[in-house]
Amino acid sequence: MTDKRDLLILGGGLVGMMLALAAARKGISSHVVDRADPAELTAEGFDGRASAISTASWNLFTNIGLADRLEPHGCAIASIAVTDQMKPGSIDFTPEPHEGTLGRMFANRELRLALFEAASEEPLIAWHAKSEIMERHRGAHGVSVVLADGTSLHASLMIAAEGRNSPTRDEAGITIAKWDYSHRAIIAGLTHELPHGNVAWEIFYPAGPFALLPMLDRADGKHRSALVWTVGEKDAAGTLKLSDRAFLAEVEKRMGGLFGTIESVGPRSSYPLGFHHTARITGDRLALIGDAAHGIHPIAGQGLNLGLRDVGALVEVLAEGMRLGLDPGDAQLLRKYEQWRGLDAFTVALATDGLTRLFGIPGRAASALRRFGMAGVERIGPLKTFFMDEARGVTGDLPELLRA
Amino acid sequence: MTDSSVTIRPEEAAHFGQLAREWWDPKGSSAMLHRLNPVRLAFVREAIDRHWGGDPAAVRPLAGKSALDVGCGAGLLCEPLARLGAAVTGVDAAPENVQAAAAHAEGAGLDIRYMAGEVVSLDIGRFDLVTSMEVIEHVADKAAFVAALADRLAPGGLMVLSTPNRTAASRLLLVGAAEAVGIVPRGTHHWDDFIIPDELGELLAGAGLSVSARKGIAFSLSKGLHLSDDESLNYILSARRT
Repeated sequence: MTDKRDLLILGGGLVGMMLALAAARKGISSHVVDRADPAELTAEGFDGRASAISTASWNLFTNIGLADRLEPHGCAIASIAVTDQMKPGSIDFTPEPHEGTLGRMFANRELRLALFEAASEEPLIAWHAKSEIMERHRGAHGVSVVLADGTSLHASLMIAAEGRNSPTRDEAGITIAKWDYSHRAIIAGLTHELPHGNVAWEIFYPAGPFALLPMLDRADGKHRSALVWTVGEKDAAGTLKLSDRAFLAEVEKRMGGLFGTIESVGPRSSYPLGFHHTARITGDRLALIGDAAHGIHPIAGQGLNLGLRDVGALVEVLAEGMRLGLDPGDAQLLRKYEQWRGLDAFTVALATDGLTRLFGIPGRAASALRRFGMAGVERIGPLKTFFMDEARGVTGDLPELLRA
Repeated sequence: MTDSSVTIRPEEAAHFGQLAREWWDPKGSSAMLHRLNPVRLAFVREAIDRHWGGDPAAVRPLAGKSALDVGCGAGLLCEPLARLGAAVTGVDAAPENVQAAAAHAEGAGLDIRYMAGEVVSLDIGRFDLVTSMEVIEHVADKAAFVAALADRLAPGGLMVLSTPNRTAASRLLLVGAAEAVGIVPRGTHHWDDFIIPDELGELLAGAGLSVSARKGIAFSLSKGLHLSDDESLNYILSARRT
């Protein structure tokens, strides 16, 4: 048979590539298939996206040997300031020493560059970029895909890492529970007059939180922050279409001179806010990771940390199973991954039945209830909750690869 | 590659393929064995590393070694042993099982020798690792069986056996409840034929072997099947020449 490998990873984004690298460090071989052109993805100004890398996620980068390469590109988050519409009385949050750091901010472009470089040097990774998948097969003894150019790729286990709209997941008939907030996050990089002092800001407005995450200064010394601006679904398209000048004026108005003059804005993108989770994260010889399996996006970049936890858990389960001589696609291993990273059936049922029904009911009372719920979700302070939970480690069993 | 005695005739291939699919279906009638597999393999791996002083992280700790699995069924244990690097021979009294095992190994691309028959009567040489899991409880003359296994063990070799214990708990759970609810096919076990750890230890001593490690295989709702100090249901042991 042709080059049969352990894993067939569909989707070579941040999560898929991290899986390939983490697996390779444990001696597990993979094919990685992605339709995108890596040169475009790493071009200067491709998107202004940035990711908050939690302490646990950073440990994964350390454990696969990328920390030294990435360290100079990360901007440490020293504290969080939460404020209500820029009114006086902001709540500052600086972690106690035992709570660990709040993490680091990275431009996604820097993460991609480091991952792509490491992947191309790794013999255990066969990377098939710019490749369209025509067919997927999962059989008794293995899995395969046929690419547009007729190439067949074979492996023991298929992994869907294609993000929210995973075609592999849909083809496998795995249902997904969604809770849509009917809001979008507008994401863009800003340069501003005053330094951010490594503070992440979360400013509450009735329409939703407006968050500023500290980034490293640009090469020319300009101060930078990543903006995550929550707007109603109906306002998103208009906000994206604003001219740079009009957009900057809107942003500045909401920042109240916090960082002085806002000088420029990079490419803008938007992201629907919501929660989604699949009923199952495994099938026969199939595992879902990252946003293909679940996502929760009150702020940008969180999805990556969840996805990296999947990576750590799946690699740990596979490496232990293969150490015992088990096939990487063995149902017992997938069961272990499912139990570790899957949402329990009750919660999924609650999310599908309870929430979608609540949100599907027309009428004024239901609408009031929805608004109330939305406000509640916002008041928790997504940034704060996220970083606190990460620091406290309340989000479940941490895979070994995500430990220091 | 399979032994000539089990070469599959074309008209039977479909039948054995179907049988293999049933054996290898993790949700099918062998579901319990599938769940048991990682647990007993964890014990086997530890025994291998301890016996030969190998690196616990090595990918092929059995490279260059031969292994024999007696009562191999459709190869649930043979295939992992082959992936760990061993030249594996699987023996089963039921020709159907052996045919199914050969069909599955071929699909998996593994080179395993399967033979139908009794280990006592087959002239197949000696092996570095001899395993027999959940078999001795089905054997009438247990002393002769243990002696036959010992005969197959090469000098400096390692033996691993597992079997249900003969306790009130195993009578209630393994024979009664498990068969009643269908986790284990009805008629699989006869409690009177079960053997307690001390009795098995004596049989092994009689064949010139001593037990080097022993663990219980217990069940709990939170952990599922797992290695434990509780041997009341099932146990697994390693043995070497005295």
